[in-house]
Amino acid sequence: MDVLTLSRIQFAATVSFHYIYPPLSIGLGVALVIMEALWLKTGNPLYHQMARFWTRIFALTFALGVATGIVMEFEFGTNWAAYSRFVGDVFGSALAAEGIFAFFLESGFLAVLLFGWDKVSRKMHFFSTCMVCLGAHFSAIWIVVANSWMQTPAGYHIVETPRGPRAEITDFWAMVFNPSSVERLFHVLCGCWQAGAFLVVSVAAWYLLKNRHVDFAKASMRVGLSIGLVASVLSLVSGHESAQGVAKHQPAKLAAFEGLYETTTNAPLVLFGWVDAKNERVIGPKIPGLLSYLTHGDVNKPVTGLREFPPEDRPPVQRVFQLYRLMVGIGLAMIAVSVIGSFLCWRGILFRHRWMLWALVFSVLGPQIANQAGWFAAEMGRQPWIVYGLMRTSEGLSANLSANAVLGSLILFTLIYLLLFAVFVYLLNDKIQHGPDAADLVPSGKLALPRRQ
Amino acid sequence: MIPDWLDLNTVWFVLIGALFTGYAMLDGFDLGVGALHLFTKKDEHRRILLNAIGPVWDGNEVWLVTGGGALFAAFPNVYATVFSGFYFVFVLLLVALIFRAVAIEFRSKQPMRWWRQMWDVGFACGSVLSSFLIGVAMGNIAWGIPLDARGEFAGTFFDLLHPYSILLGVTTVALFAMHGAIYAAMKTEGELHEQLRGWINKTIICFVICYAITTMATLLYVPHMAARVRANPWLFSIALVNMLAIANIPREVTHRRDGRAFLSSCVAMLALMTLFGLEMYPHLILSNPNPEHSLTIYNAASSQKTLGIMLLIAAIGVPLVIAYTVSIYWIFRGKVKLDRMSY
Repeated sequence: MDVLTLSRIQFAATVSFHYIYPPLSIGLGVALVIMEALWLKTGNPLYHQMARFWTRIFALTFALGVATGIVMEFEFGTNWAAYSRFVGDVFGSALAAEGIFAFFLESGFLAVLLFGWDKVSRKMHFFSTCMVCLGAHFSAIWIVVANSWMQTPAGYHIVETPRGPRAEITDFWAMVFNPSSVERLFHVLCGCWQAGAFLVVSVAAWYLLKNRHVDFAKASMRVGLSIGLVASVLSLVSGHESAQGVAKHQPAKLAAFEGLYETTTNAPLVLFGWVDAKNERVIGPKIPGLLSYLTHGDVNKPVTGLREFPPEDRPPVQRVFQLYRLMVGIGLAMIAVSVIGSFLCWRGILFRHRWMLWALVFSVLGPQIANQAGWFAAEMGRQPWIVYGLMRTSEGLSANLSANAVLGSLILFTLIYLLLFAVFVYLLNDKIQHGPDAADLVPSGKLALPRRQ
Repeated sequence: MIPDWLDLNTVWFVLIGALFTGYAMLDGFDLGVGALHLFTKKDEHRRILLNAIGPVWDGNEVWLVTGGGALFAAFPNVYATVFSGFYFVFVLLLVALIFRAVAIEFRSKQPMRWWRQMWDVGFACGSVLSSFLIGVAMGNIAWGIPLDARGEFAGTFFDLLHPYSILLGVTTVALFAMHGAIYAAMKTEGELHEQLRGWINKTIICFVICYAITTMATLLYVPHMAARVRANPWLFSIALVNMLAIANIPREVTHRRDGRAFLSSCVAMLALMTLFGLEMYPHLILSNPNPEHSLTIYNAASSQKTLGIMLLIAAIGVPLVIAYTVSIYWIFRGKVKLDRMSY
């Protein structure tokens, strides 16, 4: 394989492994804030026990997120040096802002969240949890801004320099609020909240099935399902808006998402199917007009097809088409699961429906797979561009990089990540088997001080 | 908004220098603790050492991440050249940092001896290797690397491992080990504390020997790294401050003032980094041979507009960062005690 393919595989492998963890941290962060807020409000020690237990899980996901995240920042430079030179002026600013505003906030208050239980007051601890959660969200903001700029560049101009052309900022806020950043951020966050919420739901459902830690599990289930329900529904809304944005700003990507070759009014939506790339058509059941309606709110408006673009400017249709369908399918399933689960939970009969509890145990995989599929569709859908319309992926590579070097590092990272994943699953399972600590029902240290009523 | 007399390129040279100095002073001690980790034999002592850095190591590493991000934004050409040119150095550094980070988190999660020993080795090796590679990268930047006319690295991985860069790698390990020993002594009590006090003296001797050899080698073989101080003798005062700060460490340790010893060690690092920065300025990467291909703060920088925006971001962000850092160190002041939440 050539350097380009290997570098792409390495980036995809390292970023998708990394992306198992930040969504869990973001989602669990929200869950922790809610649990601690409930504890502060009600004084019920059960919520304290919950916050403690989920903090331990959070610590594990956070550590892996940090360890694998630093790879991403380095990789822009190691493998994509030409890209780094081209975008540094714009993209680098967003990345530096992430460091200054998000990582310091997150890592600083994380210390209090993890180790400060006995050292600070309840309010201070709650405040720290909020700051960690906020930091995780800031981090999502800046990285999605940076990525969205690669999808829909704005607020820049191209300047000739002695080392070739590069993009320079003309308007910082136009760069930050580029046409796709807000919708994509919202959609990404919905995916993250679901990832965290359904982890909570899954563990709680498992305890209920095994009839262990029942009070703890019921309370966790309520928190998890509430976040999961809201996030799943919002995910549909934000996904829809995001897709409309893609139709407007990256028509080739939308056409690949939908497997649409011919520009047409009354464009059909393919429910599922197979792309016959040779004959430029999709085989599968279609709903006529629905794609036009979803894109424009009007069946009589045309949707741009792939034939408008020369073959060298088209993304890989089959993969993008299937991944996009996988994401949407799981997204809809998550709504169904959370609506049914919430309804049963609200009626107080969830705990009798073992089939539903089993469905909830496996629900944790849904957001994870959908998040990965969604990102793969988004990034492969941008191909052949690394910065949409400005720089091709093949032009972004480091000069002087040999295929063997990249192969070596790829093998190294793969082995390490397999090991880390095995250890992560082992420790996660161990913590879940161990369950919440009974001792946590009694707050200690400064937390045990009587509260003012 | 930004006055004309202010040279933004120089400001960013100083700011990035400050970020990396902050990284050396903060993550330096927890890398140093890692280097000493295997010398303690008792499980409880190892746990105390891990928990001494437990609440802060993650935040300390953010200095490196932010330094890298700032370099990317302010001097993208340097970021691109160094990271792609030093490909394997950075891949190894990443591997070392990953192992270190997960080892801290995983180690005490299981009671088995082999499990703990495995992660202890991972933590120690990761820490030593990270310190060494950081030193090697610094050594190459000081020595100069072969650059072509486009500012791309024109050598191989093995060109980066020459005696001078290896010497700087070893010196960095010794410096961080000394710094870590002092920090650990500050955070511990009892038997472990007494043991660490002995190690401080050994690490100081080690560092001073490395430092003397590095200084000699620099004066003999890398004369451009002493040119500015040679031309401006008053700058020698910084070198003097550095030596006095190092000399002050054993004195403070003898008087059992570990906090002051730690501050002295920080001052020594600050002085070293200042000297390094002064000698490099205005270069970021020296090209050797073909000095005309060197990357400077002018030919490798982002636009003035970006540097200005970033300065504003820094002006808002840095006070916040300092506030969090100070409060976290304040909350976790004092000697380490193990509890249920500890590693």
